[in-house]
Amino acid sequence: MNAPNKSGWKPVMEVAEDGMHNGPSTTTGNRALMLEEPLLFEIGHAEVTGVDLPEADPDAKTRLGGFERSEPIGLVGLTEPETVRHYTRLSRQNYGIDLGFFPLGSCTMKHNPRLNEKVARLPGFADIHPLAPQSTVQGALQVIHELSEWLSKLTGMPGVAMSPKAGAHGELCGILAIRAAHEARGDAREVVLVPESAHGTNPATAAFAGYRVEDIPATAEGRVDLAKIKERLGKGGEGGSDVAAVMITNPNTCGLFEKDFREIADAVHAAGGYVYCDGANFNAIVGRVRPGDLGVDAMHINLHKTFSTPHGGGGPGSGPVVFSEALAPYAPLPFVKKDGENYYLVEEENREERGPSFGRMTAFHGQMGMFTRALTYMLSHGADGLKQVAEDAVLNANYILRSMEDILHAPFAGSGPCMHEALFGDRDFGGDLSTLDLAKGLIDEGFHPMTVYFPLVVHGAMLVEPTETESKANIDQFIAALRSLVERAKAGDETLKHAPYYAPRRRLDETAAARKPKLAWSEDEA
Amino acid sequence: MRYLPLTDTDRSEMLARIGAESIDDLFVDVPAVAQLDGPIRDLPMHASEMAVERHMKARAAKNLAAGDAPFFLGAGAYRHHVPASVDTVIQRGEFLTAYTPYQPEIAQGTLQMLFEFQTQVARLYGCAVANASLYDGSTACWEAVAMATRVTKRNRAVLSGALHPHYAQVVKTMAQFTGDEIADSAPAIAPEADLDGLIARIDEDTACVVVQYPDILGRISDLSKVAEAAHEKGALLVAVNTEPVALGAIRSPGEMGADIVVGEGQSIGVGLQFGGPYLGLFAVRDPKHVRQMPGRLCGETTDAEGRRGFVLTLSTREQHIRREKATSNICTNSGLCALAFNVHMTLLGEKGLRELAAENHRLACLAADRLAQVPGVEVLNSSFFNEFTLMLGGKPAREIVRDLADRGVLGGVSLGRLYPGVEALEHALLVAVTEMTTEEDIETLATELEALVKETV
Repeated sequence: MNAPNKSGWKPVMEVAEDGMHNGPSTTTGNRALMLEEPLLFEIGHAEVTGVDLPEADPDAKTRLGGFERSEPIGLVGLTEPETVRHYTRLSRQNYGIDLGFFPLGSCTMKHNPRLNEKVARLPGFADIHPLAPQSTVQGALQVIHELSEWLSKLTGMPGVAMSPKAGAHGELCGILAIRAAHEARGDAREVVLVPESAHGTNPATAAFAGYRVEDIPATAEGRVDLAKIKERLGKGGEGGSDVAAVMITNPNTCGLFEKDFREIADAVHAAGGYVYCDGANFNAIVGRVRPGDLGVDAMHINLHKTFSTPHGGGGPGSGPVVFSEALAPYAPLPFVKKDGENYYLVEEENREERGPSFGRMTAFHGQMGMFTRALTYMLSHGADGLKQVAEDAVLNANYILRSMEDILHAPFAGSGPCMHEALFGDRDFGGDLSTLDLAKGLIDEGFHPMTVYFPLVVHGAMLVEPTETESKANIDQFIAALRSLVERAKAGDETLKHAPYYAPRRRLDETAAARKPKLAWSEDEA
Repeated sequence: MRYLPLTDTDRSEMLARIGAESIDDLFVDVPAVAQLDGPIRDLPMHASEMAVERHMKARAAKNLAAGDAPFFLGAGAYRHHVPASVDTVIQRGEFLTAYTPYQPEIAQGTLQMLFEFQTQVARLYGCAVANASLYDGSTACWEAVAMATRVTKRNRAVLSGALHPHYAQVVKTMAQFTGDEIADSAPAIAPEADLDGLIARIDEDTACVVVQYPDILGRISDLSKVAEAAHEKGALLVAVNTEPVALGAIRSPGEMGADIVVGEGQSIGVGLQFGGPYLGLFAVRDPKHVRQMPGRLCGETTDAEGRRGFVLTLSTREQHIRREKATSNICTNSGLCALAFNVHMTLLGEKGLRELAAENHRLACLAADRLAQVPGVEVLNSSFFNEFTLMLGGKPAREIVRDLADRGVLGGVSLGRLYPGVEALEHALLVAVTEMTTEEDIETLATELEALVKETV
């Protein structure tokens, strides 16, 4: 892995003694293609617009109830060329999957196919109203129905709720169904067990739904402690167990498959509880393992992870939830049903068909724009392709794990193969260097850093998820860069403390931002 | 397979490095009971780009797109013109394929955009601070109620009867689990909202009053009166807006005394998309409430060389730090929709938004006048922005909407669909008019409505 890329090509660069390629300073503050861009409010004007509309008639009669706006709003506008340039310049200060390797653990930053984008923009999908008469949106309802059937078959679970808007919203959906199921049988419970390696959304969701959250410790090999769960389940006292559910991520955030999952599920079921599986890491097993075969009662699926819908700089996501037979009746409204060739929505008024549904979680039917993209992706890959997706994702992660473990602390490397992500820690770094410094060093090498300081169970955690859409050459180049950074970190190379050097910004002062929050632009700044 | 770069040679070389015989060795920890012997049966195999596009196009073709018919639907989702450059910007890979900006040095594009967006939303709403967006208007409405209970340490929310019924249902769904008490009322059919009735329901245990502005029937009412009454009892006023374009013409909720302003941002830049993804807007009038806000916040700071830059901030409110003590379980925002809003609002600017609002109102007045001439049709509202309620003679409005659809007209949203079982609303039809509506569309709706209402009177 000596070659920085396949051909061995490497850019030639003049490097000054301080490690920087310093040239003379420029008048504009720009550096050729690195262009500084002011805030919209510093370049726009109240009287400028990029849209041609009829000029308002100031004497027109209005029927606004006497609430006409009298004060200026405080907005500014730009013409179209200025707008396009403003955002194009901003875009160039962003790292994206299209630009390079983005191994963010538990986030599944895979390639976003452009056919998905094309399909989502067909007017038959993009330009239809959520409350349009159902006879005029049969194709849209069919897509929702088809996608739910794919999800059902891929997970081996009979019920599907399509409306949750993102992963955390899906978690809430699953936990609310569990709560409704317990309440329906007069067995309200108080506690949800969450492993300490879980995503923060798990405890936050359980607390939001009114549960008390208790931690489950991990074993030394990085898995959930089956014995501890069994012990806690038995503690309920006279009225039986007080544990409503366990929330387990599988594969877990240490990158391992929870071997005892089936046994945990059986124990939880025997104690009258339900099993929630956080499906954030479904990409490792999609098409190869069905969670339904492991005893899962509810699991959300992040369409923006496993099924390639874009992350968009932080959403929108989409988090459908699959349910076991036991929980399916409690799924939220609305949902789509098929009657012969006709598709229809079951809403509040369909009293018989809605059954004991716990109600509505969002105004409409969920993230349709993500459904069309996800279904397009599934059809592209098919059952065979999706299986290959999981296999290549797992292969890439193990390749990185085994290419790094001799030099970088890999706490669970002895626990067996990893799944689709490899976990490392910052043991043996020299000086006061830590994971953060290594991550910032990766930025200078042209990579997006891995997930850092998560999961909390490993000191200075670094969670690397390559996904299946990277070539071996890219991964080799990443490994070479990471190895050299680890060597520098171990040698106590203090220059890393100040990385990144070559990004649009040097390290940003997050403490100052939080101490005196400035959350909107104000004219005083000008 | 076109999305998978590894070759078989790569795979064998990599397995050799790992020390595994086959890929199955990497799945040894999966219990036998869950091991499948091949691709999942009952699902199709992979397909070409052409074949997939054909499959999806066939489904799209079964839908009647809003652009292909006279179109008058609203009720929380509005059809507005989205300038072509909006989609060009959001399709740039640097925005489209970026993650949440946790590494700010290489995410200044997203962060600066969010800072601009927060400023635009705060100003539009007449508030001090807006967050970086939530899922949609309905979930933002629930988050506002939850925040009000944290701020006031009370657990009773009074919902106006004229709040979008789906928003009210979301609040009620959540409240049945959190134990908060939700006081709800049936919507009354009247030219003006019953503010006195609403005010009478506010008591010393009330955390917040939730009022939609303009309301579900399209009426505009005096928020400041409700704000005053709420504040007198120590409660907060939550104002909900489902049509941000309206705020180009009418006073902002913050200006009228609302403490938390939430809404749906879909009208600006996002499009109809059958209900999602949409854009939840969330803002507070008083900066001291910032630390109780849900969701992401982008703040200004400087880098090590003293240059201005932006970061996600106050994250000690959020789940990834606070876990079960977080202000919300929300982990994402609606980033790309916020970008679309930001770009569209930049193209509009103050001037464009005001003109857009004026044009919407002008056409809505035109439509109301024309439809009022149809025998058997009455306009309910004494005030409205771009949406109003018609009372129809003859058949229930729900059936008339279906009949209109059969005649190729998407004529509005029947209140019977929104409030099933409420008899008083059965003959009410909600009609929305935007800059996309032509005078010809209005004439078509009037003519078809005349035929249908006459037929059944």
